[in-house]
Amino acid sequence: MFGNFQPHAAEYLRFLPEIVLCVFGIAVMMLEAVTNEKQKLSLGVISLIGIVAAFAANLWSHTDLGAAFQNMLVVDNYGIFFRGLVLVVGLLCVLASFSYLQREGAQTGEYYALILFSLVGQCILATASDLIMVFIGLEISSIATYILAGFLRDDPRNNESALKYFLLGSFATAFLLYGIAWVYGLAGSTNLDEIRRVLEQPQRMSIVAGLAAGLIFVGLAFKVSVAPFQMWAPDVYQGAAAPISAFMSAGPKAAAFAVFFRLFMTSFRPIDARWIPLVWGCALLSMIVGNFAALVQTNVKRLLGYSSIAHAGYILVALTAASSIGVSAAMFYLASYALMNIGAFVVISYIAARHERHVRIEDLAGLGYREPVTAALLAIFVFSLIGVPLTGGFFAKFYVFQAALDSHLIWLTVLGLINSAIAAYYYLKIIVAIYMREPGEAVAELPAPAASLRAAIWASAFGTLILGIFPSSLLSFVSISASSFR
Amino acid sequence: MSLLTAVLLMPLIGFFVVLFTPRKSKAPYGVALLASLVTFFLSLSLIGPAIANGARFSSVVDSQWIDSPGLQIRLHLGIDGINLWLILLTTLLLPLGIWVSESMIKDRRKTFFALLLLFEFGLIGVFCALDLFVFYVFWEVALVPMYLMVGGWGAGKRGSAAVKFFVYTMLGSVFMLGSIIYLHSQAGTFDYVEIMNALQSGRLTLTATQQLCLFLGFLAAFAVKVPIFPLHTWLPDTYTLAPTPATFLLAAVMSKMGAYGLIRYSLTLAPGGAHRCAPWIAALAIVGIVYGALIALVQSNIKRLIAYSSISHLGFIVLGIFTFRQQGADGAVYQMIAHGLSTGALFLLAGYMEQRRGSMEIADFGGIATPAPGLATAFMIALLASIGLPVLCNFVGEFLVLQGAALARFSWAVWAALGVILSAAYMLWMYQRAFLGKATQQNASMADLSRRDWIPVLPLIALMVWLGVYTQSFMPSISSATSHVLELTGMNDTYRVRVTPGSQPSALRTTPTKVIYVR
Repeated sequence: MFGNFQPHAAEYLRFLPEIVLCVFGIAVMMLEAVTNEKQKLSLGVISLIGIVAAFAANLWSHTDLGAAFQNMLVVDNYGIFFRGLVLVVGLLCVLASFSYLQREGAQTGEYYALILFSLVGQCILATASDLIMVFIGLEISSIATYILAGFLRDDPRNNESALKYFLLGSFATAFLLYGIAWVYGLAGSTNLDEIRRVLEQPQRMSIVAGLAAGLIFVGLAFKVSVAPFQMWAPDVYQGAAAPISAFMSAGPKAAAFAVFFRLFMTSFRPIDARWIPLVWGCALLSMIVGNFAALVQTNVKRLLGYSSIAHAGYILVALTAASSIGVSAAMFYLASYALMNIGAFVVISYIAARHERHVRIEDLAGLGYREPVTAALLAIFVFSLIGVPLTGGFFAKFYVFQAALDSHLIWLTVLGLINSAIAAYYYLKIIVAIYMREPGEAVAELPAPAASLRAAIWASAFGTLILGIFPSSLLSFVSISASSFR
Repeated sequence: MSLLTAVLLMPLIGFFVVLFTPRKSKAPYGVALLASLVTFFLSLSLIGPAIANGARFSSVVDSQWIDSPGLQIRLHLGIDGINLWLILLTTLLLPLGIWVSESMIKDRRKTFFALLLLFEFGLIGVFCALDLFVFYVFWEVALVPMYLMVGGWGAGKRGSAAVKFFVYTMLGSVFMLGSIIYLHSQAGTFDYVEIMNALQSGRLTLTATQQLCLFLGFLAAFAVKVPIFPLHTWLPDTYTLAPTPATFLLAAVMSKMGAYGLIRYSLTLAPGGAHRCAPWIAALAIVGIVYGALIALVQSNIKRLIAYSSISHLGFIVLGIFTFRQQGADGAVYQMIAHGLSTGALFLLAGYMEQRRGSMEIADFGGIATPAPGLATAFMIALLASIGLPVLCNFVGEFLVLQGAALARFSWAVWAALGVILSAAYMLWMYQRAFLGKATQQNASMADLSRRDWIPVLPLIALMVWLGVYTQSFMPSISSATSHVLELTGMNDTYRVRVTPGSQPSALRTTPTKVIYVR
């Protein structure tokens, strides 16, 4: 093992998506210096190409699965799935950003470069099989996202958002690192399989192991905004630019959940009796806190922020099931959540107008009269968030609760189902506004959506519907991926 | 493509075509009407095989929908004597609804027509699904367009009425979803026929507690949808504020979703639970019958009055189902169709009155029989059907339900009969105040029904008479299906009659004639 540190060509191939993203990210940074104001848009196009290329590389790496770099990374179906997911998220957010940045007069290359770098971190998280890589990936992803959250420097809300995200995020990382240190002390290794092997031995100080798992849980729970570590999410989503809110609520969250499941379903699997009650409680608390707080929101971005807490709760229900069907349910959930949530945020970014003046629910009034197509697509996203059949959101919820019932979590399922019905109330406020009110001032002055924006919205809606009507192929893929966790 | 698939998909195809028609033209209306008429004529050919097959499912469609290692779902559809007539009712009323919308819906008509077709798609799916998962999917699919129609085109506080309607239904249906998933974890399949086979052959047994929980889970969804007292509070607001075509379809067909679910799934999947709860549900149904009638008595708004009368009549359906008697079940299914026709017609005619007068308050009318004799006559016929006059449709249903109730427990029949008497009282009193007497100045010039207005009314009246006079066209197929359901519940241990007089049905080919047997 220690004889040859020189990686094989195959290992570079497995790492190719990250390499491609880095190359394009650096290229965009360099080009930033030599382009004038009018050419900035081409930087966005270049980063789009980069993401597509990385996606292709990700598909290519599917042909040759395996570990890379001394088992620091493992490229399996699970990793490929999450790499693909964060890349799609990145793609949609870059598409949605073109007209947004144009409108705010903030078209720069850094913005796109930061998204690319953030994606690098998330790709590493998706394939990390060592706690050190988890930490590195999380930092790469987070630092880029902190900056993106405050990207519109002149906007005080943007600054508030970035500062809050940064302070609480660092705090969470500290917890995570502390947990990693404990685990290392206990297992003598940071490799996930190694840790599992140590923990599988009986009488191996399982209280300490439980504590270490708890610390790591806290760190990751912050990142995925699970109650009681959710305080930052609504403020940050509300303050950040809408495409970035879309990005944060889907990309980093999916990547953090990828680590969450990999860690708890492999390394900490032997001590699952210790962490399942903790996850059970956090799942229920998230659903309740998210849904009930969302009931009284008037700001759509804030509402979606709270709803994202509730959705994180549903995903934790899948973790509580601690079964391979639970893992595949969570994977499916994250995919459909990413599509529907990005779609909703993108439509909001379109209606918000310059400096995001129109982000209250009333501002959506009459959208169905003025822009029937955009309104119908927003309705699809909202119905999917509610969990109405023939949308991805329904299958996701269904699959999660099926996993929970198969693991005999009857009470959690019943409470979760009731929660999802209550959630319908606040989502429907959006539908009521767009279809059942006369057009207001915000909608009256709306320009037609730009082509790139339309592409992002249509792609998300198309994906949401495909996942709802023909979910077979994705369901098959996620259940194969999930079965790789023993 | 099989016939049933064609019937199911035709409205969906129509929906997509309507989406691509130009907004400001007659095209959306034309396409929608054409699609719904084609659906209707296609659905007529379901009758033959369904009647020939007796209690077994006919026109069966069974194809793979979702195929993955974790989840296998088949699109399993079929027709028997219970859902056959409900599907026909749906496919008949939809073109009428579209016809009416043409004159009653003023803005965003294209969207409205598209939603009507989507609604039809969902309803047909609900009625013909034989897979619990597919059933749930269609159950929710039918809800969304109705919610949008109520909220988007209704009157007054339509937004909050629509949200109330949606959230109420959703709260009920998540419990059904929980039950369905739980049943899957026990049986390993969502297929209704397979689950029933497993239950019958003893491969799958459910304990009394499991049956009770499953039953209550399903009941939560169905009771809200019917609605069973005290879960009816969404109904008056929704029926009153919805635009006329939506109210027409809500009352006539959507309210049957819950009753259909009760008789198809609740009774057979968890017979133990159903039997244990039957006295309670029958009691609630009777309370609903009497309560609905009493509240209807004091309404000043015609639409609201019909809405409460609807609660009362739907109580009969639920009561019939939970008598566990052949007559009760037959009566319940018959009443579903009869109520669809009579209440549908009442809401439709009330809609015409609202269109002419701009109000639904009884006090604003009075003496309109003089300027509008056609309207008054049509209203009278629908009203008489609704209160259960012999020769018209509701009489048959209510009579059988009362007979079943009397067999099950005599006091039920006595209390429920009170509802019949009250219904005559509030309906005739309302008719007297609104139609008879001397017309006021404003009402004196009220226009009568035009030829266009008569078109949707006539088939309804014709069917009311047909169902009232020639029961034999419908009852044998209903009876054979309901007796099969009762057989599956295994609870009709005392007394059962199969009402199939052998006089006519040479064309119907149902073999059992006047079988009376005692178990």
